Amino acid sequence: MAEFLQFTFSGVTVGAIYALVALGFAIIYNASQIINFAQGEFVMLGGMATVVLAAAGLPLPVAIVGAVAIAVAVGLLLERGAVEPARHASVVTLIIITIGASIFLRGVAQVLFGKDFHRLPAFSGDAPIVVGGAMLLPQTLWVLGVTALVVVLLHGFFTRTLFGKAMLATAHNPLAAALVGIDTRRMLAVSFGLAAGLGAIAGILIAPITLTAYDVGIMLGLKGFAAAILGGLGSFPGAIVGGLLLGLAEALTAGYVSSAYKDAIAFVAILAVLFVRPSGLLSLGRSERV
Amino acid sequence: MSLTRPHTRGLLALGAIAVILPLLLPNPFYVDVATKIWLNAIVCVGLNLLVGYAGQISLGHAGFYALGAYASAVLTGVYGWPGLGALAAGAAGVGLIAFGVARPILKLKGHYLAMATLGLGIIIAIVLNREIGLTGGPDGRAVPPLTVFGVRLVGGALWYWIAAGAMLLAVALALNLIDSPPGRALRALHGSEVAAEAIGIDATRAKVAVFVLSAVFASVAGSLYAHADRFVTPAEAGFLRSVEFVTMIVLGGLASTYGAVLGAALLTVLPQLLAGLADYEHILYGAILMGVMIFLPHGVVPSLAARWGRRQT
Repeated sequence: MAEFLQFTFSGVTVGAIYALVALGFAIIYNASQIINFAQGEFVMLGGMATVVLAAAGLPLPVAIVGAVAIAVAVGLLLERGAVEPARHASVVTLIIITIGASIFLRGVAQVLFGKDFHRLPAFSGDAPIVVGGAMLLPQTLWVLGVTALVVVLLHGFFTRTLFGKAMLATAHNPLAAALVGIDTRRMLAVSFGLAAGLGAIAGILIAPITLTAYDVGIMLGLKGFAAAILGGLGSFPGAIVGGLLLGLAEALTAGYVSSAYKDAIAFVAILAVLFVRPSGLLSLGRSERV
Repeated sequence: MSLTRPHTRGLLALGAIAVILPLLLPNPFYVDVATKIWLNAIVCVGLNLLVGYAGQISLGHAGFYALGAYASAVLTGVYGWPGLGALAAGAAGVGLIAFGVARPILKLKGHYLAMATLGLGIIIAIVLNREIGLTGGPDGRAVPPLTVFGVRLVGGALWYWIAAGAMLLAVALALNLIDSPPGRALRALHGSEVAAEAIGIDATRAKVAVFVLSAVFASVAGSLYAHADRFVTPAEAGFLRSVEFVTMIVLGGLASTYGAVLGAALLTVLPQLLAGLADYEHILYGAILMGVMIFLPHGVVPSLAARWGRRQT
């Protein structure tokens, strides 16, 4: 039982991170029908920038805010410089542009930060709390708490503020949104900023547990995409459920079956789900128009 | 409509380029790069049938390429199979795998299809990385030379001609397929699946067939690559390699067979040009990828063809 609890703790921790990344995918997808394959690089940027700013002598909270700001700025630049000019290109072209962006960002990070792994100190120490015989790291509580807070804030943003509602309206029907006076292009820019911020927060939260390096964004980005697809692309609850399920599936497989195939399980699971439900678990049920 | 003549001319031109190219290359290193161009082109010509003509994206074809390469490497290296037998077995095995997953995968559309093919490629890459006993794991494994009827095929120059010949064969096959009734069915599918089915095309069957065919192209190219390079690593199955193949065909111009070859050439040469920049290689590579896609979203060949006011097939 203690063992099961232990695997569950680690699964939920990683799952929360996947959920944050998946939310980023969902937000950009809703604003533009674009899959941003550079999403994982925001996760990397968040972790790496925090490490560098903290190493430069800034207090950790300041370094964190600074890193999130850097990621948001990069996200806005990416939208303005690479996505906006190709706004009406085909899906495949846009996928390649964002992959090009991710290779570019990874290259910049490799030059700036080197190829080594970097470690960020845990926010409140490494002394584990024992729960039911299983070890719970304080950082896990940070991950879960901050993720929950972010989800609540996002929910408030999308349901209580005019701006958030305008973003949802754009997601629902861009033409109608433009007709009632919503600046849909600005919504796209904001969605990139928001997704970059979410990615950076995920990267900062997980860095003390898993270490960080210039290339951690590839796998985290792909897993986040898998989580977003698993839950149903564009659905916010789907992204959260997808992320948690994926994290749990991975941790339980690694624990009980084989840690060598831990990374594979996410993709086996996603194929299995897609074969049964071709548009994800909590899909919006939109049908294709002919 | 003259269906055969433009093909003959195009193929002759491509063949002429393949013959003249080695005369212009200063040393064996460039001959190896040229060999890789033709091998990548085989994958791209097949993938272009799926993505460019049938309109179904795949972000996992490097998996099929690597499976072909490892089938040759393991069957000849571990089990002592004859090279051509291993190549054929690899192609058949990859064809069967592709056939097995094609139906459920090709039911998916758009980003879901991208995710499923991407996942398939990553699963293959992980298996190749983990089954160290057979594959040698992340370090890769050496491949014995290809032996055909007792003749050992070794040497960069010889492999250049093998790769060039295989590429011309692949291009000829693809061009003929595109202008055949199944090829027209594929193009109809790209336009509208529902409309294609309404005029009596079995959309699922056509998609499955082209998926399997493109996977077999990739597998054969992978087998040839394994023997040409005499070494394989799991990186050949990686996500970035799959992306590279898709980028090649988009760069050349989707639904253009010669575009696929040109895209393969451009993107095979580019990293060699950038290699001297060491750490800055990836920055420039990413920037070029973004720039080309922003300014030439339809690829090089269709953009040029449009400029010359000629319809390109």
